[in-house]
Amino acid sequence: MEIEVMANILDKNDKIAAEINALLSANGIFTLNLLGSPGSGKTSLLERTIAALREDVRLAVIEGDLFTSKDAERIARHQVPVEQINTGGGCHLDANMVKGVLPKLDLAALDLIIIENVGNLVCPAEFNIGEDVKAVVLSITEGEDKPLKYPLMFKQAAIAVLNKIDLLPYTDFDLAAATADIRAINPGITLVAASCRSGEGLADWYDWLKRQIAEKKRGVHKDE
Amino acid sequence: MHEMAIAQGVLDIALDNAARHGAKRITAIKLLVGEMTEVEPDSLRFCFEALAEGTAAAGAQLQIEAVPLVGRCRDCGAEFAVQRFRFVCPTCASGGVEILSGRELKVEHLEVE
Repeated sequence: MEIEVMANILDKNDKIAAEINALLSANGIFTLNLLGSPGSGKTSLLERTIAALREDVRLAVIEGDLFTSKDAERIARHQVPVEQINTGGGCHLDANMVKGVLPKLDLAALDLIIIENVGNLVCPAEFNIGEDVKAVVLSITEGEDKPLKYPLMFKQAAIAVLNKIDLLPYTDFDLAAATADIRAINPGITLVAASCRSGEGLADWYDWLKRQIAEKKRGVHKDE
Repeated sequence: MHEMAIAQGVLDIALDNAARHGAKRITAIKLLVGEMTEVEPDSLRFCFEALAEGTAAAGAQLQIEAVPLVGRCRDCGAEFAVQRFRFVCPTCASGGVEILSGRELKVEHLEVE
């Protein structure tokens, strides 16, 4: 006997993600899923962001990590609320893991939640975790071929931060080629070239984030 | 290895549907997997086999149909196969291209006894 099914395999995850987004939206919180390879500079970008925005924006961080709390400890030094999720070797966060830590955050007192995903350009791209948008960090030292090798990640992201541009003179990285590839995959994406070491270019990232937060308060962002 | 999570999703859906139809054994599961998904079929089969052991889906054959990536231009309406993940309309060069197919991760049907 044949049984017609036609069900989305990730439906269970997507439903939980939608619930999370509805809850956070009801609190006027803009939620970002921060993605990128290990070592691309996600945590450095977070540290810079907290330092730059903490006067104006009430933010919390959810740290996804395989086993350690090293990143959460780095964030906690900046005295913002941080919750750790250890995936126990799992390659991505899923919506249920995020749902589990939300009761520990005072949602009424927040404008922004940044969820740093597990460092990985493949697996996290398939899993919505309740975010409004995804942001991807790509560092110069990874090479300009990465967008075409991991196109889904760049297709799903609303913004890409090209980090470590202070290293451009020491590498063969072709910034024009990388930019063209990312724009071909995702013509609507916002691109920011920056260095979390020198601070160059980060003003564009802060401005983008502030705009998203303001638009969220006005009810512009909707669940994907 | 997020294929483990995908395989668990497939198994849950298959067992749930089989139980609702009173089936004793699932012999095959047909999946639709889009070209623009991060799923490795061999890895998915391997994970599924391990998870299905001891369930009504043990030994079920995973039939994976690849769905090509097709885009449609919002400006001129052209439909085209997206090559090298280039989401730019080949007819009018617009960047306003929506995905018609190629992002599927679906269980289409089951064969049961």
